[in-house]
Amino acid sequence: MIEMVNRPYETAFEAHAIANPDVLCLSADLTSSCEIDKFRDNHPDQFLSLGMAEQNMLSFAGGLGLAGFRPFVHTFGVFLYRRPYDQLMASIAYPRRKVRLMGFLPGITTPGGMTHQAIEDISVMRSIPNMTILETGDATEVESICEAADSIDGPVYCRVLRGTVPRLFDTPIKVGQMRELSAGNDVLIVTSGITTEEALRAKSALEGAGVSIRHIHLNTIKPFYSAAMLDHITSVKHGVVTLENHVTEGGVGSLLAEIMADHGVGKRLIRLGLNDTYAHGGSRPYLMKYYGLDATALVGGVGQLLQQDLGISEDQLATARVEAVHSTQKAEGL
Amino acid sequence: MAEAARRNLKSTEEIAHGIRCSVFKHAMQNNGGYLSQACSAAEQLAWLYNEELHLGPPTLPMIPKPFGGVPSAGNPDYHTGAGYNGPATPEFDRLFIAPAHYALVAYAALIEVGRMAPEGLEMFNKDGSSVEMIGAEHSPGMEVHNGTLGIGLSTAAGLAWGRKRRGEPGRTWVYMSDGEVQEGQTWEAIAAAAHHGIDNLYAIMDVNRQQCDGAMSSVMQVGDIAEKIEAFGGKAVWIDGHKLDQMREAVKTPHRGKPLIILANSSPYRGMPSLLLRFPRLHYVRFKSNEERARMNVEIAKSLGVSPVDLGEGH
Repeated sequence: MIEMVNRPYETAFEAHAIANPDVLCLSADLTSSCEIDKFRDNHPDQFLSLGMAEQNMLSFAGGLGLAGFRPFVHTFGVFLYRRPYDQLMASIAYPRRKVRLMGFLPGITTPGGMTHQAIEDISVMRSIPNMTILETGDATEVESICEAADSIDGPVYCRVLRGTVPRLFDTPIKVGQMRELSAGNDVLIVTSGITTEEALRAKSALEGAGVSIRHIHLNTIKPFYSAAMLDHITSVKHGVVTLENHVTEGGVGSLLAEIMADHGVGKRLIRLGLNDTYAHGGSRPYLMKYYGLDATALVGGVGQLLQQDLGISEDQLATARVEAVHSTQKAEGL
Repeated sequence: MAEAARRNLKSTEEIAHGIRCSVFKHAMQNNGGYLSQACSAAEQLAWLYNEELHLGPPTLPMIPKPFGGVPSAGNPDYHTGAGYNGPATPEFDRLFIAPAHYALVAYAALIEVGRMAPEGLEMFNKDGSSVEMIGAEHSPGMEVHNGTLGIGLSTAAGLAWGRKRRGEPGRTWVYMSDGEVQEGQTWEAIAAAAHHGIDNLYAIMDVNRQQCDGAMSSVMQVGDIAEKIEAFGGKAVWIDGHKLDQMREAVKTPHRGKPLIILANSSPYRGMPSLLLRFPRLHYVRFKSNEERARMNVEIAKSLGVSPVDLGEGH
C-alpha cells in the first residue's frame, strides 16, 4: 500500500525558509491553498502578502531579487504566467533573478476548470530563456522541491503537488537527474508529475501482457541534457510513449520529439496528454479518465505503439485512488 | 571623482539647458527624435542628477562599451548599465527610468553631469551599441528593463522593501511618465507599497499629458492623478515641472509609511515653442520634409540661444 503524506510542502517550506533568511514567502491571496498559512502565522517577518495583484507581485519579486533576496512566489501555477507574462519575462526571466515560482495545482489537479488549470505552463516556460522547470511527482519530491529550486542560479518554475500526496520515491530531487523506474527493452514510457503514479499502476499489467517496459520519471524538464534520455530511447525496440498532465504540445511529449528528431532516431513516439483541448472542472480521477491521462490511457498508447490489442481490462489496473472534490480540509476544494 | 566639485561646475539650470540642446542637436542630425520628452523632462532629470540623488562616481567607462550580450548562464561577464549611476552600495540612491523611451534624454543628462562622454550619444540606436533607443538593462544609466510601461514602480517597490529590510539608507527613485497611470500595474504597485509601508520609495512623474497616440485626454482620460495616488495609499504632490525650487520643496513632504510621488506638470514644448506646430503628435517627432527640418533647425536653435545644427550638404 502506498504511503500517503499529508501536506508535505507545508513542513518542507518552513524548514527551508528558517534555514535561509534571504528566502521570503510571497503570496497572492491563496495562502492556505498553497499550504503557507501556518508559515504566515508563525513567521510574519518572512512573509509578504501581495494581494490579488500578480502583475505587481512578479515585478516586485524581481526587485526583491535585485536586492539579494530569494523570493518564493506562491500561487496557483496558472496565475504565475498567464496574466503576468510580461512581468515574468522582463522582471524575472531576462535578468535571471533568483525568484522561485511555486505553481500549485498543475494541469487538471484542480476542479476549478479552465481559468484555474495550468495546462500549457510547461510549454510556455520551456520557451522562456534562462528559465528552469522542475515538477514534483510524489511526496518526497515535494519535500525536496524547496532545496532543489533554491539551488538554481536564476529563476525557476515548479509544479508543486499539495494536500495528500503519495510517496513513490525515497531519494530527494537531484536537479537534472531523471529516475529510471524500470529497465525493460520493448517500450520506453516517460512521465512526470502525477502521471508517474499512473504508469506505475499500468506496469504489472503491461508486463503481464508480455511488454517489457522501460520507465523514466522526470523531475527536471528544463534545462534538459538529452544524452541519458537518448540512451534509453535507443535501448528499446519499439519506441516511446509519453503521458503528461499537460497539453501534448510543448511539454514532455514535445521534448522527446525534439530529442528524437535532433538525433535522427527512427522510432515511433506516442504523445498522450490533453490533446489540443481545454479541460473543464471536475475531480482529478474523473478528469484523468475523461481526458485520457490515466493508466488506462497509457495502456492504450502502448497498444497503439505496438499496433496490437494488449487485452488488458481496467480491472487489471490497480484500483485508482479516488478523492472527493470537496474534502473536509478545504471546503471549497480550490 | 569629486562629486561635489563636479556639481559645482554647472548649475542645474545649465544642465537642463544642456539636455535640451543635446537632444535637439541629435534629433536634427538624425531627422527626428524624442524632442518633446527633452522639453518636459529636462529640469526634472537635471535636478535628480545634479542635486537630489546621492550617487557615487561612475564605475563604467565614460565611452560606453558595445553590446555585450544578454544575461545567460553562458555570459558571466554580463552587467547592467547601472554603473553610470555609481556603485549599488547601501548608502547610495538608485534610479530607474520607467519610461524607457526617455533614454535619449536620460543619456543626455548623464553627459551633462559628466557621467558619460558625449561620444556615447553618437552610438545612440546604432547596431551593436549598448546605447539603445529604448533603454535596455545594459544601456548607460539603466539597471532594469522598463520598456513595457508600468513595471518600473513595482520593481522599485520590491528593491526598496529589500533595502529597507537590510537597513540600507539609500533611497530607490523612479522616473515615471504620466501615460503609465493607464496601466493597472501602476495602481497595484502603489497599493502594495502603501500596504507594506515602503517609504524609501520615491518617484517623480513627468505629467506632460502626452502619449504615443497624442494628447492623453483624447486617448484615455485618467482623471486627477494625485487624488488617485492618495486613494491607493501613496503621497502625491503637484509641482510645476520646470521650477527647480518646487522640486526642492516637494521632496521634503512628509510621507511616513507611504511612497512619495512628485507630479511634475510639464510642457512638451518647453524651450522649443516651434514644436507646438506638431501638437498633438509629439511622442516621436520626425520631420515631414527637408523644409520643415531646416525651418525647425533655425527656429529651435534660436529659442535655445544656440547656433543651428550643421546638417551637411543637401539641406
